[in-house]
Amino acid sequence: MSFHTLISQFWPSTINGIVLGSIYALIALGYTLVYGVLRLINFAHSEVFMLSAFGSFLALRVLNVPEHLPGGADPYKTGGELIFTMVVMLLFSLAIGGASAVALERIAYRPLRKRNSPRLVFLISAIGASFAMSEAVGEWGPKQREDYALPRVFQKKVLFTIRGNDIRNDQVLVVVGSLLMMLALVLFVNRSRVGRGIRAVAQDMDTARLMGVNVDMIILITFLVGGLMAGGAAFFFEIYNGSARYSLGFQLGVKAFTAAVLGGIGNIKGALLGGLLLGVIENWGASLFGSNQNMGTVTAFVVLVLVLMVRPNGLLGESMGRSRA
Amino acid sequence: MQKSTVRRFGALAVGLALVAAACGSDSKTSTATTAPSGATTTAAGAGVKCSGIKLAFIGALSGDNGNLGKNMVNGAKLAIDQFNAKNPDCQVGFDTSFDSQGDPAQATPLADKIVNDKSIIGLIGPGFSGETKATMPKFEAANLPMITPGATNAKLSTNGWKMFHRILANDDKQAPGVVTLIQNTVKGTKVGVIDDASEYGKGLADAVRSGLGASAVATAQIDPKAADFSAAVQAMKSANVDTIFYGGYYAEAAKLVKQIRDAGLKATFVSGDGSLDKGFVDNAGASAEGAYLTATGAPADVNADFQAAFNKAYGTDPALYSPEAYDCASVFLAGIAAGKVTRADLATFVSAYDAPGITKQIKFDATGEPVGNAVYYTVVSGGKLVAKGLIK
Repeated sequence: MSFHTLISQFWPSTINGIVLGSIYALIALGYTLVYGVLRLINFAHSEVFMLSAFGSFLALRVLNVPEHLPGGADPYKTGGELIFTMVVMLLFSLAIGGASAVALERIAYRPLRKRNSPRLVFLISAIGASFAMSEAVGEWGPKQREDYALPRVFQKKVLFTIRGNDIRNDQVLVVVGSLLMMLALVLFVNRSRVGRGIRAVAQDMDTARLMGVNVDMIILITFLVGGLMAGGAAFFFEIYNGSARYSLGFQLGVKAFTAAVLGGIGNIKGALLGGLLLGVIENWGASLFGSNQNMGTVTAFVVLVLVLMVRPNGLLGESMGRSRA
Repeated sequence: MQKSTVRRFGALAVGLALVAAACGSDSKTSTATTAPSGATTTAAGAGVKCSGIKLAFIGALSGDNGNLGKNMVNGAKLAIDQFNAKNPDCQVGFDTSFDSQGDPAQATPLADKIVNDKSIIGLIGPGFSGETKATMPKFEAANLPMITPGATNAKLSTNGWKMFHRILANDDKQAPGVVTLIQNTVKGTKVGVIDDASEYGKGLADAVRSGLGASAVATAQIDPKAADFSAAVQAMKSANVDTIFYGGYYAEAAKLVKQIRDAGLKATFVSGDGSLDKGFVDNAGASAEGAYLTATGAPADVNADFQAAFNKAYGTDPALYSPEAYDCASVFLAGIAAGKVTRADLATFVSAYDAPGITKQIKFDATGEPVGNAVYYTVVSGGKLVAKGLIK
């Protein structure tokens, strides 16, 4: 253990943790929303994220952005062209995220719900769908199982420096963008008519149905909203990291699910708190063990276990229905 | 309990192998009488007769590092195709159905299949070190000679395995080359060392770190399954290193070097043969510029005839490990040409082999290591891998 490294890299670790944690939080929302409404852990949500990441690639393909300029330079864009390109990327990721989440609900879950299948069957269906989606990309994607690198249209620059720690424009974009999306989600769930429906179904599905709520529609919308959050997360991840592969969803999905549990699964604010905490703890843990990323992951899970021992329902506990989001 | 079970199975496997070897010898004597001329090189040709034998490849043909395995298969296949064209009465098969994805867990059941297929008399691979460590006991028990074109972990040759051979210098020999490169060519004085926690990557990084001594000022480990390596990048940045060595494979190397450049760190990026792949340059783009990549593997242009034949067969230049795989296959084919068509005979033949290959003089010492220790290096320049020859 190296407390010296932890102390000397405390701020950089924290900054990196917050950036990655914002992405965890956005993905975690997908798990939390579906869990809140259906008491189902949608393990295929990680693959919705993965497909959405490829949405950003697809957007650049459609816009005819080359991987590299002749001579090897990056195809950076500026001004209005950059904003246009990024908006198209975001829209593609959102569209693929939303569409694949809805398709997932229709194909993998609704038929089971109609048959009143036991909860375990949903879980198996989720795992199967997850494999099917990632293997489909691995087998039929243009580069199969290799890494894809996003053409770099967004030039990363240091925006400002706090106590000698550089803060880059992409980091700010990821954190601010993620927070805005989460704010929009909270407003949607708390203030809108559909949001009230979501809360009603989360509280008591049967009563909600008796009160005239179209439960199937609400469930579909819940998946759609979760998929949009994954789409946003994928866009921000691509701006920040710029890589994708068929297996991209797996690890980020596990981390995001962990974040959801840490914060209290089913609880929207819990997803935010859990995501940020997980990202930060992971980086602190890595620093503590001599910049060892694997030990960072171990640390995060040890913390998770400790938290669950004291607070079995996660930090903020309770589910969406009971806690009024 | 567990131990005795293992031992019993081991004994059984050895027994089966002996029976197989004995049966094999019979068929061999008949072959030998019909083809007494006993050609000693693949080129001699004409009189060689054989049937029902094949060589096999095991390694990553898909997955995150599938490029490397494909390079190997193409090299070996070229040698076998050339042999078969010259020897109409001895068509050697080449079984490339054992795709381990470079994963020891996936390689293990495939090794059983290989061992049980008695028509396989020689094995090219496994491609990587982890899978070699996992599967080698099975090949050893089955008396199946293997030559690896890419597994470079130094410890592999210290297990007393008689069937183990490698065609290229190991990491312990690559690491001194890397250290020389960093000191003499890159002129790095503050070096950060990062590894990917793999058998190969950590092995190489540890050896480089100890070779550098006091000039290795920072260290970090990444998780290759993750995509964000900010903890490692941060460690390098806060130590303000002028050179970074990464032990690992190209997929992560590309992401890592991009994140290093994004963090504003200008340190020279150096990596080993696992990163020497077009995929590194393609994915890292401008961030890869100026990176140094070392290899115990020979560059594509190591032999002009081979390069031309490879280009004719596949329409591309040979890539990392293609020349080595060609040499691996050539050693086995020379044995087959000399009438060594059983696992046991071929194993004896390989161990005593001493002839020029396309990469260098091919000769194995008693532990299966190649004699001599050539380390090459390549620089990324203008978006291309430019081979620079031997490290001096």
